[in-house]
Amino acid sequence: MTQLGFWIALIATVVFAGCARTPWNDPYPASDRAANILYTAFQERPKHLDPAVSYSSNEVILTGQIYEPPLQYSYLARPYRLEPLTAERVPRPHYLDRQGRPLPSDAPDAQVAYSVYYIHIKPGIRYQPHPAFARDAAGHFLYQHLTPAQLARIHRLSDFPETGTKELTAADYVYEIKRLASPTLDSPILGLMSQHIVGLAQYAKRLAAAYARAPHAFLDLRRYPLTGAKTIDRYTYRIELYGKYPQFKYWLAMPFFAPVPWAVDHFYAQPGMANRNLTLDWFPVGTGPYMLTVNDPNRRMVLVRNPNFHWETYPIQGAPGDAKAGLLKDAGRRLPFVDKVVFSLEKEQIPYWNKFLQGYYDASGIGPDNFDQAIRVGANGEAGLTPAMRKRGIRLQKSVQTSIMYMGFNMLDPVVGGYSQRARDLRQAISIAINYEAYIAIFLNGRGIPAQGPIPPGIFGHVSGPQGIDPYVYDWADGRAQRKPIAEARRLLAEAGYPGGRDAKTGKPLLLYLDTVATGPSDAARLDWLRAQFRKLDIQLVVRATDYNRFQDKMRKGHDQIFEWGWNADYPDPENFLFLLYGPNREVGKNGENAANYENPEYDRLFEAMRDMDDTPARQAIIDRMVRIAQRDAPWVWGFYPVQYTLYHSWYHNAKLNLMANNTLKYLRIDPRARERARDRWNRPRIWPLGVLAGLLVAGILPVAVSYRRKERRVARPSEREGQA
Amino acid sequence: MPLSFSFWGHAWSVEWVVLWTDALLYVLIVAAVLLALYIRRHPPLQRPWSRVVRSPMAMGAAVILAAYAAIGLLDSVHVRLPIAPVKGSTVRYYSPELLSVFDLIAGPLRTHTEYSYSAPFATRLYTQETVRLPDGQTRREYPRLKYGGAGLKSAAELGGDVCARVARALAEAGAAWLVAAAALTWRLARRHRCAVWQMALRCLRGDTQVPWRTIGLTFGVVLALGWSAGALCTHYHILGTDEVGRDVFYLSLKSVRTGLVIGTVTTLVMLPFALALGISAGYFRGWVDDVVQYVYTTLNSIPGVLLIAAAVLILQSYMDRHAGLYDTVAARADMRLLFLCLILGITSWTGLCRLLRGETLKLCEADYIQAARAFGVGHGRIITRHILPNVMHIVLISVVLDFSSLVLAEAVLSYVGVGVDPSTISWGNMINSARLEMARQPAVWWPLASAFIFMFALVLSANLFADVVREALDPRTKGRGGER
Amino acid sequence: MSAYILRRILYAIPILIGVNLLTFTLFFVVNSPDDMARAHLGTKYVTPAMIQAWKREHGYDKPLLYNSSAPGLGRVTDTIFFTQSVDMFAFRFGRSDDGRDIGRDIRARMGPSLEIQLPVFVIGLATNITFALLTVFFRATYLDLAGTVLSVALMSISGLFYIIAGQYLFAIVLRLVPISGYAGGVESFKFVALPVAIGVVAGVGSGTRWYRTLFLEESGKDYVRTARAKGLSEAQVLFRHVLRNGMIPILTGAVVVIPTLFMGSLIMESFFGIPGLGSYTIDAIQSQDFGIVRAMVFLGSVLYIVGLLLTDLSYTLFDPRVRF
Repeated sequence: MTQLGFWIALIATVVFAGCARTPWNDPYPASDRAANILYTAFQERPKHLDPAVSYSSNEVILTGQIYEPPLQYSYLARPYRLEPLTAERVPRPHYLDRQGRPLPSDAPDAQVAYSVYYIHIKPGIRYQPHPAFARDAAGHFLYQHLTPAQLARIHRLSDFPETGTKELTAADYVYEIKRLASPTLDSPILGLMSQHIVGLAQYAKRLAAAYARAPHAFLDLRRYPLTGAKTIDRYTYRIELYGKYPQFKYWLAMPFFAPVPWAVDHFYAQPGMANRNLTLDWFPVGTGPYMLTVNDPNRRMVLVRNPNFHWETYPIQGAPGDAKAGLLKDAGRRLPFVDKVVFSLEKEQIPYWNKFLQGYYDASGIGPDNFDQAIRVGANGEAGLTPAMRKRGIRLQKSVQTSIMYMGFNMLDPVVGGYSQRARDLRQAISIAINYEAYIAIFLNGRGIPAQGPIPPGIFGHVSGPQGIDPYVYDWADGRAQRKPIAEARRLLAEAGYPGGRDAKTGKPLLLYLDTVATGPSDAARLDWLRAQFRKLDIQLVVRATDYNRFQDKMRKGHDQIFEWGWNADYPDPENFLFLLYGPNREVGKNGENAANYENPEYDRLFEAMRDMDDTPARQAIIDRMVRIAQRDAPWVWGFYPVQYTLYHSWYHNAKLNLMANNTLKYLRIDPRARERARDRWNRPRIWPLGVLAGLLVAGILPVAVSYRRKERRVARPSEREGQA
Repeated sequence: MPLSFSFWGHAWSVEWVVLWTDALLYVLIVAAVLLALYIRRHPPLQRPWSRVVRSPMAMGAAVILAAYAAIGLLDSVHVRLPIAPVKGSTVRYYSPELLSVFDLIAGPLRTHTEYSYSAPFATRLYTQETVRLPDGQTRREYPRLKYGGAGLKSAAELGGDVCARVARALAEAGAAWLVAAAALTWRLARRHRCAVWQMALRCLRGDTQVPWRTIGLTFGVVLALGWSAGALCTHYHILGTDEVGRDVFYLSLKSVRTGLVIGTVTTLVMLPFALALGISAGYFRGWVDDVVQYVYTTLNSIPGVLLIAAAVLILQSYMDRHAGLYDTVAARADMRLLFLCLILGITSWTGLCRLLRGETLKLCEADYIQAARAFGVGHGRIITRHILPNVMHIVLISVVLDFSSLVLAEAVLSYVGVGVDPSTISWGNMINSARLEMARQPAVWWPLASAFIFMFALVLSANLFADVVREALDPRTKGRGGER
Repeated sequence: MSAYILRRILYAIPILIGVNLLTFTLFFVVNSPDDMARAHLGTKYVTPAMIQAWKREHGYDKPLLYNSSAPGLGRVTDTIFFTQSVDMFAFRFGRSDDGRDIGRDIRARMGPSLEIQLPVFVIGLATNITFALLTVFFRATYLDLAGTVLSVALMSISGLFYIIAGQYLFAIVLRLVPISGYAGGVESFKFVALPVAIGVVAGVGSGTRWYRTLFLEESGKDYVRTARAKGLSEAQVLFRHVLRNGMIPILTGAVVVIPTLFMGSLIMESFFGIPGLGSYTIDAIQSQDFGIVRAMVFLGSVLYIVGLLLTDLSYTLFDPRVRF
């Protein structure tokens, strides 16, 4: 009887729970249900959160919210525009000649030996609470001289009972610039910045020597002055560069140039801290709107509102159309809006997408596999949401990314490389044959724009319309760019000496090699497609898939032939794309980013002229000439510019894609009540199949039980036992 | 080597290419045939096998396995087709694309690729495409397939056409089956010296030592399925198409070879090591035993996935350094497959080695071996004459038992990313991409379902067969042969 | 007894050295210190000087196995292999390429791994034994045949399929559990339930078959026949004699698995986003993090050897005839 009671109770619980409104599949604690929390995910554990080191996009999404460099990109304005963040204003360079005498701002490039930036920061900005700043009543640091006994009780940062704060000063910015040269940090931009910041290269050598003398001592960078970065007063510092480098201002909006106070560096450098995973790489300290409170790279990271965050308000003005899109509703209100941001580890796209549909993530991209579920392309080719998405109140935003995905030829290769007419013909023929329109349709569901040159839309120098097309690959007809027919490619191939894909002299079939790191299952389909493109010219494409290390090694040594590569803009300037084809920047021998090892003296000369110009029609003219040269030489099959589609739930406000800014979380606002209601509505568990399952189980047990009874009775009789043995 | 023969009315001159795994498969077949002949000649060895032959379960499974083996073997004879010579040149060049005899037979199946996904028996694509109308407007629609149901005027005819084709195929298959069955009955009747109709009756009643009724039935089912599929697959994608429009039925059949190679070649390459080390450890004892035990304990204690991952990476870096050696995709993929077999062999031989060592230790205590030793018979002779035949059953049991787990392991390794080459068609790669396909709305279920069915049929019959073999061969189970 | 254990432990040392050497060789054949530096430093703007600096900083600028320039014993000890192996034996796993203490990560990730593996092991064992006993009880009937065919069918299905189908059905269609993720404490139940269920189901086929043969062997022995002859019911025979004696090989066979439960399940963890040691290993292989991979290999080997030791000990516990 008691057993029966137990079962009744169990069933009642299950049924009751089934009727209850709270979903079973909520991956978050019940206590957070109605909280003002933004939910998002990270795919790979960030490796570095130290501003001098972190570079990848998955790290910047965190460091961008925590650290504040002097400048930021305006959230709403387009084209992208810099605005002051902690600085009073965007600095203008002062030019000096070789002797250090000031020059007028329109001085010719040849005379400019140095440019100097004076950066004034706003007073009164304070850091997040942190034990590194904690002081006792007498004003002495509490945790800057930790003894092993003190450390014994410390396992997490929160184990330090006291925290403190400090005002942001110019010295903190200078300290960080010096950290770029630190021998223990390996900053990825040290090589590049050494070419620009005065004395940084020598500084790195000095630090390395000092480090070699005393490897275990704390390297106090305050004691080593750097010519190129100096403190002028408490709120002003100056940066001195070699020659002109107009792109430098963009670097001032990246976390590399965020402030790091000496106290923080020293705090983490104490012995025993690193053994506890307490490093600046894992627990950043900044003045930004959020601070990192939980850093469990195996599971989740949590950003919590910084109580000391300075006064900053939502922008009052936006780009045209922003007001209509509801982006100015919060104009003038204090930032940030969201109390807490939770990043959960989500390695796979499928669970992310499904959790998004269940309301457990607030925004999502669209994978190729979910595309048809989310997007319906209308009669005029315009992509819109499916009714199912619209019913859930989901909104869609599209934006062309400032990136390019291309296929490069190694210009040092004897077959596809070189600058003879023959080699050019071959490359142009291939450029025509690879139908990127089809590629975009099949593999990207139309989320891409076939590229005509190295510069994506949204960057100065990009030309659209009939003037912008690559005349060697496309024709302008019927008001749109049309890929040249395959017959044209075959003709070019014949002229290149390979009629019908065979060497005209020997008759040997032409074999080309593609080097790629793509080895996943979806890549197989893609590579198959690519082989088919080459087969249109009767060229056999052999795919050499390798791991990433080997691929890089091959690229560095120039052992590659055709490769797939991409580039993401560091800043919105054409220089950041055109330098990918600049000869002195080639990969082989120079370790540069010019992976195709393209080298054209005319192009290089124009590049040097264009590099330091402002965005004027003259600059446009030079860029046009450069692009035309590259189109003719065809060192890349231009590939495509990806277009990003992002979906937002109805409770997610102020979302505007900003591909340059990385500190955008502070502008976002969510409506937790609406979210809670939607989650409850969308996630009612379906229980009846469990009942069916239980029924089946009983149905399965019943005959077993019956036959058990029967057998048991039979066994008891000895005559049959004989028969069994 | 160039060969010339005539096929489908064309005189073709092709170049015969033997891949490494092909060669090993051939070796395996020769070895199996030799072993079978050897066992036939020795009645004591033959006795347990006759038990296998009499088991309906084993023979039913064997028919299915034979069907798989046939596909796998056809797919293991590789050729290169010539490409039309350039005018004025007499040198004949062969396409770098490697085709198997199976590919040639399945001709249209391989070349009938669509644009993208299409469901089984669909006449239209599964996804919408933007179509440009003559007036310059564009529209999104589900385009007609290029090959799937191309002969149909409208989708309404689909059911009727499929039924008609299946009916004809079944009739043909039935006729073929009858001919085969008649021939067999006639032969059996001659052997048993009885009338043909009596023999037929005995077969139908199941009153034969060899379960001909089961064999005939399974064969009939396989024949009917195969024949219908063959009749339909040239006009429809009977299992749909994948992301780039390849026929899933073709992919599933091509995967058979990969599965078979992993399942069999792996054991082939590990066998010599396991035999040599296991027997010598048990026979010589002392330091040999210590060394062998040390080696297999060490290897055994390393997580297998890591060992395989490292090995696959090594192979890749080797092939990159010697790119000239592997000029075709197929050769590279084959090398990786072979290497995977090798490394799987290394990680799995330890179990067999341990068993062999134990058995040899036991055998060495036996009187006749002690006696042979006392008479000063050489070690080599004792091992080959007395020990080897007596541990053979262990080897065979572990070979048949390992087969299915190896086929399953391939899928898992492909998921981890250290399996076969991504360009190799395998069930693992199919299941792997199916993860994404299942997440689509509506889900693309047919590649997963096809891989599942084909793999399940193979592994299930292999398991059933292995079961019977083990019961028949294992001396420990002899006492309870009728337990099932 | 203690001498025996000591001997076994000493015997483990050369095996661990062998494991270390083997993984070390395998790893550096594909992955030179230069490669590691590059993977670590990222793709943009990397100079050779930075690579040298990184190698010096992380101790990879020494020769791999033999240092011909060092004096005396330093030729062997002043190498990457030696310095790294010595720490390993002291269970100091050092830091991963991203600068985290590996030992700490391993300790933190053991819990979630165990939370899946332990229930799978215990529930799986219980289920398998139950089914096996049932099939033995009904042996030579149609139920037995059905059970055998069913278990063969179950073990012929790829584990991946169980996971894909299970996740699709219970998490996406029925919305009974979260699709993936993990939380500590009581909350973890809803994340762990589905992986555990799948783990049990996936193992039921082979487990049942294996135990069935063990029980069959046992029930064919003379003492069981005697028991039957005494007139005990079949159920009594099975539970009193067959199960009790059959448990010895089952438990000794299971003991070797227990320590390796710590290592987690590679596939399951990465499918369900469980932050355990299995997904840790997979990530490390994919990002080629030498430190982590070596630590995991070492740990795996140690646990395996502990398992062997426990097996030997359990023989002495369960089987009074065995004495050392």
